Amino acid sequence: MPGLGTSFGRGGATTAQQDLSNADAILIMGSNMAENHPVGFQWVIEARDRNHAKIIHVDPRFTRTSSMADVWVPLRAGTDVLFLGALINYVLTQNKIFREYVVAYTNASTILREDFRDTEDLGGFFSGWDPEKKEYDPTSWLYEGSPETGTLFAGPIPGHEKYGGGHGKDRGGEAGELEKHESDPTLEHPRCVYQVLKRHFSRYTPEMVEQYCGVPTELFFKVAEAYCSASGPEKTGTICYAVGWTQHSNGVQIIRAAAILQLLLGNVGRPGGGVLALRGHASIQGSTDVATLYDILPGYLPTPMFSKDANKLKDYITKHRASTGWWANFDKYIVSFLKSYYGEAATSQNDYCFDWLPRVTGDHSHFGFWLDMMDGKVDGLFIMGQNPAVGAPNGRLERKALAKLKWLVVRDMVEIEPASFWYNSPEVGRGELNPDSIATEVFLMPAAGVPEKSGTFVNTQRLLQFHSKGPEPPGDARSETWFMYHLGTRLKAKAAKDPRPRSAPLNALTWTYSTHGPLAEPSAEEVLMEINGWTTADHKLVDGYRALKADGSTACGAWIYSGCFPSREKNRANEREPRDLYGHGWGYAWPSDRRIIYNRASARPDGTPWSERKKLIWWDAGKKEWTGLDNPDFTKDKPPDYKPAKNAKGDAALAGDKPFILHPDGVGWIYVSSGLKDGPLPTHYEPLESPFSNPLYPQETDPAVLRRERPDNPYAKQADPRFPHILTTYRLTEHHTAGGMTRTLSHLAELQPELFCEVSPEMASELGLHHGDYATISTMRSIVEARVLVTDRIKPMQVAGRTVHHVGLPYHFGTNGLVKGDMVNDLLPISEEPNVRIMETKALLCDIRPGRRARGKQALEELEAKREQAA
Amino acid sequence: MNQTNGHANTGFLTDSTLCIGCKACEVACKEWNDISEDGYDWSGFSYDNTEAVGHSTWRHVKFVENPTTPGLGGNAAGQLPSWGFSSDVCKHCEVAGCLEACPTGAIVRMDFGAVFVQPDVCNGCAYCVVSCPFGVVQKNEHDGRAFKCTFCSDRQMAGLEPACAHACPTKSIQFGNLEELHAKADQRLEELRSSGIDDAVIYDPVDTSVKGIHAFFLLRGDPRSYNLPPEPEVPTIYLKKGWRSAAVAAGAMLGATMLAFLGDKHR
Repeated sequence: MPGLGTSFGRGGATTAQQDLSNADAILIMGSNMAENHPVGFQWVIEARDRNHAKIIHVDPRFTRTSSMADVWVPLRAGTDVLFLGALINYVLTQNKIFREYVVAYTNASTILREDFRDTEDLGGFFSGWDPEKKEYDPTSWLYEGSPETGTLFAGPIPGHEKYGGGHGKDRGGEAGELEKHESDPTLEHPRCVYQVLKRHFSRYTPEMVEQYCGVPTELFFKVAEAYCSASGPEKTGTICYAVGWTQHSNGVQIIRAAAILQLLLGNVGRPGGGVLALRGHASIQGSTDVATLYDILPGYLPTPMFSKDANKLKDYITKHRASTGWWANFDKYIVSFLKSYYGEAATSQNDYCFDWLPRVTGDHSHFGFWLDMMDGKVDGLFIMGQNPAVGAPNGRLERKALAKLKWLVVRDMVEIEPASFWYNSPEVGRGELNPDSIATEVFLMPAAGVPEKSGTFVNTQRLLQFHSKGPEPPGDARSETWFMYHLGTRLKAKAAKDPRPRSAPLNALTWTYSTHGPLAEPSAEEVLMEINGWTTADHKLVDGYRALKADGSTACGAWIYSGCFPSREKNRANEREPRDLYGHGWGYAWPSDRRIIYNRASARPDGTPWSERKKLIWWDAGKKEWTGLDNPDFTKDKPPDYKPAKNAKGDAALAGDKPFILHPDGVGWIYVSSGLKDGPLPTHYEPLESPFSNPLYPQETDPAVLRRERPDNPYAKQADPRFPHILTTYRLTEHHTAGGMTRTLSHLAELQPELFCEVSPEMASELGLHHGDYATISTMRSIVEARVLVTDRIKPMQVAGRTVHHVGLPYHFGTNGLVKGDMVNDLLPISEEPNVRIMETKALLCDIRPGRRARGKQALEELEAKREQAA
Repeated sequence: MNQTNGHANTGFLTDSTLCIGCKACEVACKEWNDISEDGYDWSGFSYDNTEAVGHSTWRHVKFVENPTTPGLGGNAAGQLPSWGFSSDVCKHCEVAGCLEACPTGAIVRMDFGAVFVQPDVCNGCAYCVVSCPFGVVQKNEHDGRAFKCTFCSDRQMAGLEPACAHACPTKSIQFGNLEELHAKADQRLEELRSSGIDDAVIYDPVDTSVKGIHAFFLLRGDPRSYNLPPEPEVPTIYLKKGWRSAAVAAGAMLGATMLAFLGDKHR
């Protein structure tokens, strides 16, 4: 989550769901929390009932979340930055900032270089844009006085590599030595971040919001007054978001806008404050922490690029280690990580086998390799815990690409659509694929369900929760741990007989988990112990990442989790005795069981709480340590008046009043000097498909976005008359993502048994859509049919002087299961947000007509006819 | 505390102002009690596709859509929530029509107040179906017997709360001692009214022949919009009137007959 990572230092929610009950206002935007996080939503209700907190829900649709809110704000899908930018502008112009917090704990006072140019100056571009390469050089974004680090071999700055993003995801600021900079605590200097911010958002006005977001001015002020009053020593407010923000072509920058707002209001690191990133499913936080992503290794260590400065471990460390702040420990974490992989084989003489780590040679993100697959460049694929035939955009392309594989392994509890694409996909029905000529060999491997296996979830609030196996899985079903372990064992057995150097890494790989029971299930506890880390001499578990060394004497699978298993008898992730509101005693929150991170900011610079009501941690002058209601996210004995010595390094270089310890300057970043590929400040761009022109800049869309446009991934034109309506997709409480776990269960399938589209009564009467009948929805990519649900919960919007309609479609349906329906994701294009390479699902263009779609091949003919209408 | 044979008199308070319509109660109920689905038909009634309480749906979340106004969430919407949800269930009446009508003794009152249909005794006559003033009990035509919420009597006897209350994430369904729940409901009503929600009401028909219910509700607006009758009556109250009419009719018949004979004599 680079939006949070670059703003605050870590790519995770800053707070815990329980802490919502402390909030005085909650802004839910880009999230339908009551429907998709119903359990966590209890604390929103608690805040409402206990603190009389104002609950504000901003969403194009009135959802079950809106039904619990005080204020519902229908917003044109895709205009989030404009709306949030106007809130930021309101805070700045109405002088609502929490000044003492802003001056002490953010980079608002930092002065920027003279050669920096804003989007206001360059028509929607920041300085450093290279129109040839279509990317930014972030050098001019640096602070005044920060020496440029350059790169070892003049390669790109970390976070700005063509194929990566990796460490830029959650770090940033690696273009210069940021601890050295000019600043102006009066915030008056024309080039200080505060003044730049003011100019940047000066045209994000309530009038613009009314014109282009479709939100009436009075309603905007109602939200601004309600939310921005939750600020200052006595009050706090929380912002909750989910994939309703991330799945936009500028998703990271939307989250950045929220981070800026929270920093200005002094709402980070404090009870009832923060930004709560609600994750899409059970262990999504865990899957980024312990990397399933191609560009980060466990613990947000960047995967080395295929470049000269990643040839030697020393160079790689030089490139990524910061001299000040917590990332000065980078060498300890990467060396300990390499020791956990390669054990005895990893020595200081051989760079701890750094050579053996795979290199990033291209765009290996989901869409990157899927398009490669479509182009015949991929032979085989494992699909585990995913259903891209239903859940991924441009499903037609996704499924057709499967037919280009030689082999495909699908592991799931049921036969999900990727395993059956070759005989029952819509493409087969339409004659686009012929089962007789598909060469892909498909292996469907039965998977164990959650209760049938042990393992660890890491949820939305960075909380590790271990769960133990109940019954044995039925039949041939096995856990992921079992599958990976035994597959690894077999591959290692093959490699052991292979003298070629290519087998050396596999031979060296540590793979010593003990197995138990009739199924030879490997120990999930031992995997977690390896992640926690140990001393290599005696395999004694370490009690946290402070114990890790760069000399090969420790091994640690993911430094951020270190401390979760401090001794063989103590699996803290398996603890279930909560002691307090924050849940200490239930599971283990990384890092170091801190439930609210950056919590040094909950105290004044002098170490006393901002107020009795909002106290969390404070400096105990008697004991000379930080104490309070949470584990301090700060060096425990570093006094508030600590001043670093000149040339101090690492954490010692940060003063006693710098709460954002991962950042080299120790403060929260309103402005991100490098690490984000689309700019240091959020800027309003229109969605990739939009019925309107960008009202603020000649540049219509985020210039750094990868559109991946090609004949099998086409886009509508801007304001395309063929597709005049806004389509937005979402989920329902009753189903889970691509539906493999819910469409197959009778008690869930009956609750939402059929695909429907939600339209307003006005749209229905305009287009002749009848409640309960069918409608056909088309985009440039595909065509689907759905039952019509006419509802007042969707409003026509007045935007730029005309009426625009939204069509809402849930995406859970597919060809298998007890209830079936057309696949909504077929309607979406594959697109890549520049930082995280996530597609835009929340705002695109469609057409809708009454009646069912044509069957079989004729459906394609209808689509073709639609495309051929005059654009 | 209300005690029946040493057991606390238990109840449900379903507070619809806390309900988010997640249907966890419906699913938990079906899972615990092993009830089948209702069929896979899309109803078009908002997000409600199970439609009503019946033999295979013992908890049912009703979705009521009212006009929405930008700027007003459901919580703050005038005198009507824009999108209201309420989880309906068997009321476990103090005077239960079904129990009174049951000719086989299949329907019994449990110690803690539940009205329980013993499936091994039920003969499927369906007298209870027509006798329920709330339309809760339904005969399963396939199985032949009548079914409804058991108040998770099996769980209660094991010291557990009913599955629906256990699954509810927002405490919209609260289970506990009936008297304590009444006190809680009164307090909650006062809180809601003081925060300007004037249309909040407690639904518990103590003044009708039902004499109160074990599963009572706190909701906004007219209870009828949630399928709750304003004046539910137990059918047996019509018995006296019925017998009286029958007696009058029988008397009249007898009189007429006698008159006929007398008349005949006269002739």
